[in-house]
Amino acid sequence: MRHNMYVYILVMAVSIYVIRALPLTLIRRPISSRFIRSFLYYVPYVTLAVMTFPAIVEATQVPAAGAAALIAGIILAWLGAGLFPVAVSCCALVFILEWFL
Amino acid sequence: MPETHGRAALRGFRDGLPIGLGYLAVAFSLGIQAKHLGMTPFQGFLVSLLCNASAGEYAGFTAIAGSAALAELALVMLVANARYLLMSAALSQKFHPDTPFFHRLLVAFDVTDEIFGLAIARPGYLDPFYLYGAFILPLMGWSSGTALGIVMGSLLPARVVSALSVALYGMFIAVIIPPARKSRVVLLLVLISFALSWLCGVLPGLSSLTGSAKVIVLTLVLAGAAAALFPVEEEGGDDRAA
Repeated sequence: MRHNMYVYILVMAVSIYVIRALPLTLIRRPISSRFIRSFLYYVPYVTLAVMTFPAIVEATQVPAAGAAALIAGIILAWLGAGLFPVAVSCCALVFILEWFL
Repeated sequence: MPETHGRAALRGFRDGLPIGLGYLAVAFSLGIQAKHLGMTPFQGFLVSLLCNASAGEYAGFTAIAGSAALAELALVMLVANARYLLMSAALSQKFHPDTPFFHRLLVAFDVTDEIFGLAIARPGYLDPFYLYGAFILPLMGWSSGTALGIVMGSLLPARVVSALSVALYGMFIAVIIPPARKSRVVLLLVLISFALSWLCGVLPGLSSLTGSAKVIVLTLVLAGAAAALFPVEEEGGDDRAA
C-alpha cells in the first residue's frame, strides 16, 4: 500500500536523525567490539556498491552508456580523481555517448 | 587562544562553501530520482533539508518506489546510513566534556561524509558553532539542488536528464573506489556486491526482492561476513573518513 508522501518523508527524516543523534548523545567512548567496528567499517562499501550496480546501467536511456560511465568512473576514481570530477565525468560521458548510440 | 563562537561560525561558513556548491550539483541528480516518485519540488526540498544524505535518501526513494511498508523504509534508512553511526560516535569524542547536551542534539542534524571530514580535520576540541556555520551552505545547496532537479528534470531534454542521472552513481563510485584500491578486502567486497546485486535482479527466486530489501539483506550478509573474516585493525577503521 502506498502512503502519503509526507509520511514517507517524516519516517526518513526521523530514522536518519536517530542514527546520527544516538551515538553523539549516548556513546561517549569509542566502540570496543572489534566485530561491530569492522562491520560498521564495511557497511558503506557494500551498500553503495549494491545501489550503484546494476542501477547505473538502468538509469540511462542506452544501457551501454551507463556501463561506460561505470567503468570510466571506476578508472578515474582509481587514479585519484575526487567526488565531483568523477560525477561530472560520468555525466559528460553519457551525454556524449548517447549522441552516437 | 580560543576563537570566539562568532569567528568559529564564520570560519565554518567559509569551509562549507565548496561543499555547498558540490552538493548543489549532485542533489540535482537526486531530484531527478525524486521526480520519478512523483515528489513535488517542495517535497524534494523538504526531504533533502531534513535528511542531508545522498545514498541514504536514494535508498529511501528505492523503498518508496517499491511501496514499502513504513517499517521497511525505516530499516533501509538504518542500514544505508549505518556509517553515520560510526561517524557520530567518532564525532562525540571531539566535543569538550562540558559541552551542553543540546549542542550534541543540534550537531547530529547534519553529520554527512563531507562535514565529518571538516570536523575531524579541526585540531583539538570542536566548537559546535564552527559546525553550525559549516552547515549553512551545504544545507541550502543540497535542499535547493534537489528541488531544482525536480523542476528542471521535466524541462530538460531526455538525453540531458539521462546524462545527469548518473551523477549520483558517480559520487558513490568515487567514495568506494579509493579505499578499494588500498585494501584488497574492500576491493573484493565491492566486486562481490556488484555481482550479487546483479544476480538478485536476474535470478528467478530473488528478483521478487524489492530494491530496498536487496540493499538490507546484502549489506547485513556481506559486511557481516567481511567483519567476521577480516576484522579491521585499530588504525584502519577510521582512515576512510573523508
